[in-house]
Amino acid sequence: MTERHREVFLEARSLSRHFGGLAANSNVSVTLRRGEIHALLGPNGAGKSTFINMLSGDLPPSSGTILLKGEDVSGLPAHRRSRIGIGRSFQRTNIFPTFSVQENCVLAAQSRQQQPGKIFRPPLHNQAVVDRSHEVMALTGLAHCGSQIAGTLSHGEQRQLEIAMVLATNPIVLLLDEPLAGMGADESSRMVDLLARLRRDHAILLVEHDMDAVFALADVITVLVNGELLESGPPAQIKASPAVRSAYLGEDEEIDHV
Amino acid sequence: MARFFRTFPLIAALAVLLVFPMFGQIFYTELVAKTLILAIFAMSLDLLVGYTGLVSFGHAAYFGIAAYTVALLTPAGAVNSIWWILPVSVLAAALAALVIGVFVLRTKGIYFIMVTLAFAQMAFFLFHDTDLGGGSDGIFLNSKPTAHLFGHEILTFENPTHIYYLVLALTIFVYLSLRWLLKTSFGHILIGIRSNEHRMVAMGYNTFNYKLAIFTMAGGLAGLAGFLQVLLTGFVTPEMLAWHQSGNVLLVVILGGIGTLIGPVLGAFTFVALQEFAQGLVDRWQLVMGIFVILVVFALPGGLAAIPARVRRRLVKGAQHD
Repeated sequence: MTERHREVFLEARSLSRHFGGLAANSNVSVTLRRGEIHALLGPNGAGKSTFINMLSGDLPPSSGTILLKGEDVSGLPAHRRSRIGIGRSFQRTNIFPTFSVQENCVLAAQSRQQQPGKIFRPPLHNQAVVDRSHEVMALTGLAHCGSQIAGTLSHGEQRQLEIAMVLATNPIVLLLDEPLAGMGADESSRMVDLLARLRRDHAILLVEHDMDAVFALADVITVLVNGELLESGPPAQIKASPAVRSAYLGEDEEIDHV
Repeated sequence: MARFFRTFPLIAALAVLLVFPMFGQIFYTELVAKTLILAIFAMSLDLLVGYTGLVSFGHAAYFGIAAYTVALLTPAGAVNSIWWILPVSVLAAALAALVIGVFVLRTKGIYFIMVTLAFAQMAFFLFHDTDLGGGSDGIFLNSKPTAHLFGHEILTFENPTHIYYLVLALTIFVYLSLRWLLKTSFGHILIGIRSNEHRMVAMGYNTFNYKLAIFTMAGGLAGLAGFLQVLLTGFVTPEMLAWHQSGNVLLVVILGGIGTLIGPVLGAFTFVALQEFAQGLVDRWQLVMGIFVILVVFALPGGLAAIPARVRRRLVKGAQHD
């Protein structure tokens, strides 16, 4: 299937965000389609986090529109965005360290079942939620350590749990903020495999500094510089782009060896 | 076996409390009742401070509002039944917490502490500076409620021992209910909010609603303690809503162990015992209390409730060295 035929899950139209006089994002437009990994690149301070925060609802945009399956969701608060299918992971691991791995996943899955009749029961008595926790633990390679206290996991496993918790909320759009940050080579390649598998059913926005991973995974790459969209296109186009090269001056070695 | 060692001290303490009024003087019966009331009050605050991460510095407001509700609804000559005056006073406190919560829960951290204090001070001055509740002197309760069941008077609250047993039963009831509540998904959501509210929002929880729910429940439980207090002492004063009172109950929670249910109970007994002991010893008993609290905070970061775990660790370590 060509790119044009894939279903659009999330569309950001001319998003801008100003902090006082500083334009963190100006007129950034991005389309996320089911079955595609869309990588967002840019040097530090390019506005990648601001962009993710606007999509997730953590930051209201100064102007622009966000559409989920064609519906305007720009005004919805963060918890509502999650409920309608926009899931995000965090750059800094954001798990609940005193809960077990499974309790973390159950708490995430429980967010889809907040009726009073389901909230005032022990979490492990809700079969649907428990089933979902097992599914995502299996998917992310955590099935063997469900009862382990999350705070005692290795860094890589905590990153896996981070993803598992997002998946437990059944999102259709995944906003992943540096899922490979701080991972060893083995852990990294496992995560790359996982992301490749998740592509099938989700629209994925990937912010990542690991260029090997980005060029191995991405179907589309958008480059931000100083809050503005510099170039957007397939990996080959981005790799060949003179504008991208000059923006990444000093980092072009990294792109070259891919 | 481990379970036995954990529950045995609780059962033993319960047995002592059950037979206590049969041996002690009335003074001590009332003192222990007062302590258990403080324990309920402190458990309610710990729901906010320990489990949800909301440091409320105005929790006495709900304690006092319930107490005043009882006093104001008991005009001279009226005899109220506990079956309606108890729920009404608890609901009054919960309603106050619901309304105040809508405002204060929009703030975080230090602002939350200040705004809860400000609302409590407003409630304090409402009763202190107006004639609504007898001004700064407070008012005596005209008559204590009655407790009839199927036409029989099952408890008479002129008798401190009867109050004692009601307080003890309610303390156990509150402790067990909260233990259940905190083990449900709702409890896990509260702990999630304390641990990482941003993540909870990102997972689709409207955390404001949960914070408002627990703030209201905690207000209602503080109201239950306030009701029992007025039942025991027979009068209300604005001091019940004063910030010293909010500070004291916060101390009880810290002393006993934040984020545990048994902690506030241990904290209440320690606080009252220390108060009685220090008051007999020196005029400035607060000084003794202050030093003790500082010692506990430095030597026992988890409060008194953390002692068993520490002892166990020490023993295990000792066994390994042998």
